[in-house]
Amino acid sequence: MSGRGENGGGGAPEERQPMTTGMQSPKGRWWIPAHRSEKVWFAIAFAWCMVLFAMMPLWHWKGGQNPSGIRRKVEPAAFEARVNQFVADYQVGELNGFPVVEPPPGSDIYMIGRMWSWYPVLKLRKGTEYTLHLSSKDVNHGFSLYPVNINFQIVPGYDYGLRIVPTEAGDFGVICNEFCGVGHHMMLGKVLVTNEDGTMPGERTASAEVQ
Amino acid sequence: MSTITETPAARAARPSDVFRTCDVTGLRLHRPAERLIKANAVAATVALLIGGISAILILLTRWQAVHLLEPVMFYRVLTAHGISMLIFFIIFFEMAVLYFACGPLLNSRIAAPKLGWFNFGLMSVGAVLVEWMIWTGKADVLMTSYIPLRADPLYYLGIIFFAVGALLVCFQFFATLVIAKRERTYEGSLPLITFGAVAAAIIAVITLLHGAATYIPTFLWSIGLMSVDPQVYRMLWWALGHSSQQINVAAMVAIWYLLGAFTVGAVVLNEKISRTAFVLYILFISMASAHHLLVDPGFSSSWKVVNTSYFMYMAVLASMLHGFTVPAGVEVGQRLRGVTQGLFGWVKRAPWGDPGFSSLVLSVVVFGFVGGITGVTIGTEQINIVVHNTLRVPGHFHATVVSGTAMAFMGLTYYLIPLIFRKKVAFWRAAQAQPYLFAGGMLIFSIFMSFSGGFGVPRRHWDITFSNAPFEQAFHPAVDALLGIMALGGLIAAVGGGLYILITVWSVFFGKPFTEADRVAGARGLPQGIIRPPRPVTVADEANLPTGRFGTAPGTMWLVIIFLAAFATYYFANWKLLSFVWKIG
Ligand SMILES: [Cu+2]
Repeated sequence: MSGRGENGGGGAPEERQPMTTGMQSPKGRWWIPAHRSEKVWFAIAFAWCMVLFAMMPLWHWKGGQNPSGIRRKVEPAAFEARVNQFVADYQVGELNGFPVVEPPPGSDIYMIGRMWSWYPVLKLRKGTEYTLHLSSKDVNHGFSLYPVNINFQIVPGYDYGLRIVPTEAGDFGVICNEFCGVGHHMMLGKVLVTNEDGTMPGERTASAEVQ
Repeated sequence: MSTITETPAARAARPSDVFRTCDVTGLRLHRPAERLIKANAVAATVALLIGGISAILILLTRWQAVHLLEPVMFYRVLTAHGISMLIFFIIFFEMAVLYFACGPLLNSRIAAPKLGWFNFGLMSVGAVLVEWMIWTGKADVLMTSYIPLRADPLYYLGIIFFAVGALLVCFQFFATLVIAKRERTYEGSLPLITFGAVAAAIIAVITLLHGAATYIPTFLWSIGLMSVDPQVYRMLWWALGHSSQQINVAAMVAIWYLLGAFTVGAVVLNEKISRTAFVLYILFISMASAHHLLVDPGFSSSWKVVNTSYFMYMAVLASMLHGFTVPAGVEVGQRLRGVTQGLFGWVKRAPWGDPGFSSLVLSVVVFGFVGGITGVTIGTEQINIVVHNTLRVPGHFHATVVSGTAMAFMGLTYYLIPLIFRKKVAFWRAAQAQPYLFAGGMLIFSIFMSFSGGFGVPRRHWDITFSNAPFEQAFHPAVDALLGIMALGGLIAAVGGGLYILITVWSVFFGKPFTEADRVAGARGLPQGIIRPPRPVTVADEANLPTGRFGTAPGTMWLVIIFLAAFATYYFANWKLLSFVWKIG
C-alpha cells in the first residue's frame, strides 16, 4: 500500500506525534511497537485461535461425530438402481406407502432424496453400526434427522457414505432442509430404530397390556 | 487518464465549483463524487425497502401461528429478500463508501466520473432485471440458485451486469488512489479508514472474479451450452457468497473507525496493528467459504479442516484485533479529551443520544458477541453437523450482516445526511431511538431464531408442521413459543428499519437544508459529532491516559475478557451438545 515504511527509515529520533483518528493520514513514523494492552490482547487472541485450530483434528482422533465418510461420485440413475436393489433385498413391511427396509447389522444401507420424498423407510437396530449412503436423484437436498439433529448436504452425483451407530431407539423424522422446489416442505422421511432385541420402544408394553 | 499527471498548480487553477469544502470536517468534496455517493445511497435505500417488505412477509409466514404466504410466494419472497438485502442494498451502499473513502477522505477528485455513472447504470439495470425475474416467478431458486434448480437466463445475466458494474467501481477506486497520490492531496500514508476500504475493494475484486466464475458458466448452462457439476457450483458460489460477506466485514470495520472518529474522536492506538488486521482479511478471508461445505460430500475432511481452520482463523484473529482496537480507540479518544473517571467513565459520558454513536456501539457489540461467536462456532467442521441448514445459520448471519453491517451503514447515514446531502436529519427523536429499536429487535430475533435452530428447525422452509407430508412430525412444543418471540423481535426490528427508511427519505427529499447556523448546542436534527466535532488531541493530552497494569484502555481490556469468556463458554457448550448425537463418521 501507499507509503508503507516511507517514514520508517533512518534511526534519528523523531518528534512525538499526537494520536490521530482513522480519518487522517498518520503523521511521522507509524510502524512502532503497540501499546501494552494491544500486545496482551493479541497474545490472548492468538492463543485462543490455536485452541480453535486444535479442536477439529482432536475430535477426529478422539471424538465420535465427524463428517468424514466415504465419498465418491455416482450417476443418479445408478444410485437409484442400487437403492431399489437394497429395498428388494431387505423389505420387511410398508408404512404410508413407503417400503420399510430392515438391513442386517453392519451392512451398507441406502436412502435417496428426490422431489419430494426420502426413500425408503429404514428400520435400524440400536447400538449397531451401518454405512448409510445418501444421495439425490435430482437437485440438492438436506438430510436432517429429527430430533437427533444430524444434518448433511445431499448433492446429486455424489454418494456420501456415513458410518452411523444409532445410540437411541425410537421413531425419527428425516426433514429435507435444503430448498428443493415448491414441494420442499412435504419432503419428510422416516427412520425407525429398534431396541437391541429388535422391538420398538413401547411395543412390548403395548402387547403386555393386550394380554 | 491524461489528467493523472496534473500538477498541484494546475489543479488549483481548475474552476472551484468542482469542489466544495465541508465546513464541519474541512474535507474537500469533489462534486461528481458527491453525486455518485448520493445516487448509490438512494439505490441502496430502494433495495432496502424491497428487502424489508419481503422480510416482514417471510417473518409472518415463519411465525407458524400466522403462516401468511402460500408456499410458491413464500419461496419467491425469500429469494427476493436475500438478493435485495445481501446483494443490492449492501453493495450499492458499499459503492457509496468506496467513493467516499477515495474522494473526500483523501481530498481528491475521483477518477472518470462518467464511468461512475455508466457503472451505476449497469448495476441498476442488472438489479432491475433480477428483481423483475424474481417477482414474475421466473427465478424461484432462492438466493443461492443451487444447480440444477434453474432460473430464467435473464436472472443470471442481471447478476452478471450488477457484478461487472461493481467490479468497475473498484477499479475506479484504485485509479482514484493513484490520482490522489500523484496529485499529493494527502501527506504520508493513506488514512486507516481508506486503507480499510482498500482491503474491502481488494476482497471485492476477488469476490467478483469468483462471481464471474460462477455465474458465467451458470448462464451458459441455463441456455443449454455447457454442463456444471452441482458440487463444483456450490464451491464456486460460496467463494462468491462468503467472500462477499467479507467485503461487508472490511467495510463495516472501516465504518466503525469512521463513526468513532466522527462521534467521539476515537483514535487509532496503533496503525501497525489495525492495518495488519486488514491485511489478514485480504489474505485469508476467501478460504472461509469452505465452512459452508463442511457437511458436503465432495470434499475430504482434511480439505475442510485446512480451509476452515488454518486459514480462516487468521481472519478471526483479525476480527478479534479490530474488536479490541475499535472500542479501545473510543475509550482512549475520550480519555485523551479529559474523560478520565474510573474504568467505565468513558462509557457513561459517551454521546448515547447521537445515533451515529449508538449505532457504532450496537454494531460492534451485536456483531462481536452474537454474530462472531456463533459464526466461528458453527463454522467448526464437526459442530456444523448439528447446525447445517437449521435456523441457527440465519440466526447467526442476521447478527453479522444485519445487526453488524447494516447497523453500521445506518449509523453512518446519520452523518452522510448533513455532510453529503446537506440536510438536517428529520424526525430527530425517532432517529435517536432508531438504532436501539433496530438492534434490540434484531438481537431478540437472532437469538430466538438460533434457539429454534438448536431444536433442528430447518431454515428455508415454508411449513414446519409438514401438513401434506407422508408422515406426521411435530416439533418440540417449545419451538412454537421460540418462533413467536423471534417474530416479535423481527417486528420490532422492522419498525426500526422502517423508521430508518422514512427518516432518510424524508430528510433527503423534504428535509430542511443544513446551514452553519444550525450548529448550536442542543439543536435537533444534527448528531453531536456535527454540532461540536471532537477537538484534535495533542501530545500533552497523553498525560490523561492511565498507566496501570491494564494499559491505556483498561475498560476495553475488561470488555474483551468478558467477550472471550462468553466465546469459550459457547464454543465448548456446542462440542458438548455434539457429543450427545449418534456416533457418526
Ligand atoms: Cu428436498
